[in-house]
Amino acid sequence: MTATVDAPAAELGRARLRKEDAKLITGQTNWTDNIKLPGMLHLAFVRSPYAHAKITGVDLSGAIGQPGVVAAFSGADFAEEQGSLPCAWPVTEDIVIPAHPPMAVDEVRYVGEAVAVVVARDRFTAADAVGLIDVDYEPLPPVLDIRTALEPGSPKVHEAGNKSYEWVFASGDVDAAFRDAPVVLERNYRQQRLIPSPMEPRAVVAQWIGDEVTLWSATQIPHVLRFALSAFFAIPEQNIRVIAPDVGGGFGSKLQVTAEEVLGVLISRRVGKPVKWNEGRSEGNQTGHHGRDQWQRITIAADADGRIRGLSVDLLADMGAYLMLVTPGVPLLGAFMFPAIYKMDAYSFKCTGVFTTKMPTDAYRGAGRPEATFAIERIIDELATELGMEPLELRERNWIKHEEFPFTTIAGLTYDSGNYEAATAKARELFDYDGLRAEQRERNERGDTVRLGIGISTFTEMCGLAPSRVLGSLAYGAGGWESASVRMLPTGKVEVVTGSSAHGQGHETAWSQIVADELGVPFEDIRVLHGDTQVSPKGMDTYGSRSLAVGGLALVGACDKVVAKAKIIAAGMLEASAEDLEFSAGRFSVRGDPGAGTSIQEVALATFAAHALPDGVEPSLDSDYTYDPDNFSFPHGTHLCATEVDTETGFVKIRSYVAVDDVGVVVNPLIVEGQVHGGIAQGIAQALYEEGVYDDEGNLVTTTMADYLIPSASDLPSYVTERTETPANNRLGVKGVGEAGTIASTPAVVNSIVDALQTFGVTDVEMPCTPERVWRAIQAAQGNAQASAAEQHEARQNLASQGNSPQGSGDIPQDGDTA
Amino acid sequence: MADISVTVDGVRYEDRVEPRLLLVHYLRETLGKTGTPVGCDTSNCGACTVLLDGVSVKSCAVLAVQADGSEVTTIEGLANGELHPMQRAFHEEHALQCGYCTPGMIIAAADLLRDNPHPTDAEIREGLEGNLCRCTGYENIVRAVKRAAEAGVTS
Repeated sequence: MTATVDAPAAELGRARLRKEDAKLITGQTNWTDNIKLPGMLHLAFVRSPYAHAKITGVDLSGAIGQPGVVAAFSGADFAEEQGSLPCAWPVTEDIVIPAHPPMAVDEVRYVGEAVAVVVARDRFTAADAVGLIDVDYEPLPPVLDIRTALEPGSPKVHEAGNKSYEWVFASGDVDAAFRDAPVVLERNYRQQRLIPSPMEPRAVVAQWIGDEVTLWSATQIPHVLRFALSAFFAIPEQNIRVIAPDVGGGFGSKLQVTAEEVLGVLISRRVGKPVKWNEGRSEGNQTGHHGRDQWQRITIAADADGRIRGLSVDLLADMGAYLMLVTPGVPLLGAFMFPAIYKMDAYSFKCTGVFTTKMPTDAYRGAGRPEATFAIERIIDELATELGMEPLELRERNWIKHEEFPFTTIAGLTYDSGNYEAATAKARELFDYDGLRAEQRERNERGDTVRLGIGISTFTEMCGLAPSRVLGSLAYGAGGWESASVRMLPTGKVEVVTGSSAHGQGHETAWSQIVADELGVPFEDIRVLHGDTQVSPKGMDTYGSRSLAVGGLALVGACDKVVAKAKIIAAGMLEASAEDLEFSAGRFSVRGDPGAGTSIQEVALATFAAHALPDGVEPSLDSDYTYDPDNFSFPHGTHLCATEVDTETGFVKIRSYVAVDDVGVVVNPLIVEGQVHGGIAQGIAQALYEEGVYDDEGNLVTTTMADYLIPSASDLPSYVTERTETPANNRLGVKGVGEAGTIASTPAVVNSIVDALQTFGVTDVEMPCTPERVWRAIQAAQGNAQASAAEQHEARQNLASQGNSPQGSGDIPQDGDTA
Repeated sequence: MADISVTVDGVRYEDRVEPRLLLVHYLRETLGKTGTPVGCDTSNCGACTVLLDGVSVKSCAVLAVQADGSEVTTIEGLANGELHPMQRAFHEEHALQCGYCTPGMIIAAADLLRDNPHPTDAEIREGLEGNLCRCTGYENIVRAVKRAAEAGVTS
């Protein structure tokens, strides 16, 4: 924008239809699973049926020699070269990071862990031959509950014990804040285990030619993956090419260096042929990393007038069996967000990472921040109830006022911008907050069996990961910069290379809009290249709502350089001094002589010809720029959810949902709205439907989409979305939007359910709030001893997959008619 | 092995297939019609939905031999010179993000309007509940189907 100072932004803010769509709506796609190479072989894995066991023997002979089977290998066959899958975030100095061989050699620690592999000429033969391999196990006791895993006498997941790390943070005088506080509330919240479930399962293709390897993977992180393959698996970095072709969603689940990627590369090298692995959904639910899974104890101290004095948080976080790429760091991304938008005197945080014999957890949409936002927004509502205050008033009493920005929170983050008053006022109006409160009172008084609840979430989050120095201070294993290149082609068209790696976000469209404004070239003339380390050699990829707030700003820097260079060449063409030129809307003109000028496209052609460039000027209009942000970005907003809760059946229907989000300056409102919609849906899914359930032997019960309840269109409401706009303190004024909806919506829904049942004395419902659990919460609050919280939890283990089937059942909430 | 004759997107194919071969694998692996993706292995997600003799089916729930003598339309054959109005509506309403569910969703939505040319929002949501999308929260998918319905799409 600064490059085109005097030009109105033609593209920024425009609801451009997406460039990406043409191929996606016609099936002209290039998913990894579509790739076929000459001589390509297929992999199928033999996986552990035990949560914890010693491997005492692997007999491959049943598979080897079968028609179409080319080879079979056990973990032992790769023991020398397979190394250990990396953990890039050793959060403390004494963290326990157990060895994590891609294919188990001696011991398995979760159901689904790879033990052996068949290599066959086609996928069907490979799958058939899996059953011909015999593995002998000596079962060991599973470890399934992080609340008991640290007790002496608990079976151990690893030799070193079940504790991975303890991470603490404190700010302000916590003792003073809690001492003599008129109100102190302590609550325990459960963040259930979630399975990210992008629609495209994982897939891998690996091919060696000489000493060079190409890995195609359905990944969010081609650049990180390339680095990891080199740094941890001894393949020279310059010989590795990683390609993320069309990638069908990720939500954090494809922010990983997986066993199958590493083994694909190693097996391909061993057999001398390209190999492919494609994940079955049931296989993926067991062996793709999971998200969330924390027990949260949160304590808040307040004055009688509602002013928050202090907050204390104690987390138990389930790591699963191993630490994967950023497993231990995920809860820490929440550590700074529990104070949220509120001012307070003191804050303390402790997180204990605990091993279990389950699939490792790692990033899932929001990664740490949804957990934190849930806990703070829930307990704020509880505090309001305790004080007899209106929950929005309590929030307003404590939140950072718009005139106080920039504001450094008790957790040490400096929020650059925000206006909680504006977002809340707009949401209240759209929601008809007062009208719904009146209806709620009326229904409570009348003793309606279907109660109305109003749930509030005035959230913020930190995203745009991240300033490299801050990541370094948190012991993260990489920087947080992003790279961009801009190339003016001889005909005036533009190639943009980005280190961001889109998998549904619409970067080709949004990046084109940014560059169109910066260079003053038509949107249609820009091509965005990404997702292939040979095309885009440098990048930190896409996660943590970082692409626009970091990668987008890298584009601006790269465009600046192109314009600066073009200006010198244009000056030569115009026989003027570069200082006398202005650049606006794609045109260099001589100040004071509007008639004299040349377009950037003409400059590009002149640069290509290079016949008459000024002395010492390199004949190219290309540039590279790497941007490292100096702060996170802090989107915020107010989400309001109205639910109707049937107190006889426990059934919850979302009646209306209003989201007012402030994501700063908007590049493309269509894309932003889409991100908010999808984010809200995933947050609602956590509140009402989804849970990854293990039985008491450590088998994942929710292996299929019939058991793990991803909501369908009929399970979700229509959303009313609006925006406020406080520009972020960066050159585009942008904040991230990828995770905001998910972070905001879960507490809005659960607060609404608890609010509906307040007159019954219900103070919490454990997620997902299935009809059974809501009903039991009512019964428990009414004094029915049979439905104690402990039994609720037990019932969850047994019944979760039968309770609240969102697909194909007749009594699904319908809310298609709200605006 | 079984001999089958199937017309896919207007082209007739004669093949000898294993009786257990799923239609979706026949499309993808045998014919290279990779526009139809696989999203699950339990017929829940609907990503692989195609039209079989004009009616939407999940092609992972049909054997290739069951398609013998039939006509299959995939997302690759839906456009007839120009985009099908449902494809255009999905583009115009931003009803896709990653696009993986999109082929099945578009086919299912087109079939929905064949059954019910003027559905309510609730009928659209119910009619598409066999097709899962993880990106859009369905809001814009509902808008797209309405837009197509208003344009008079009947498959």
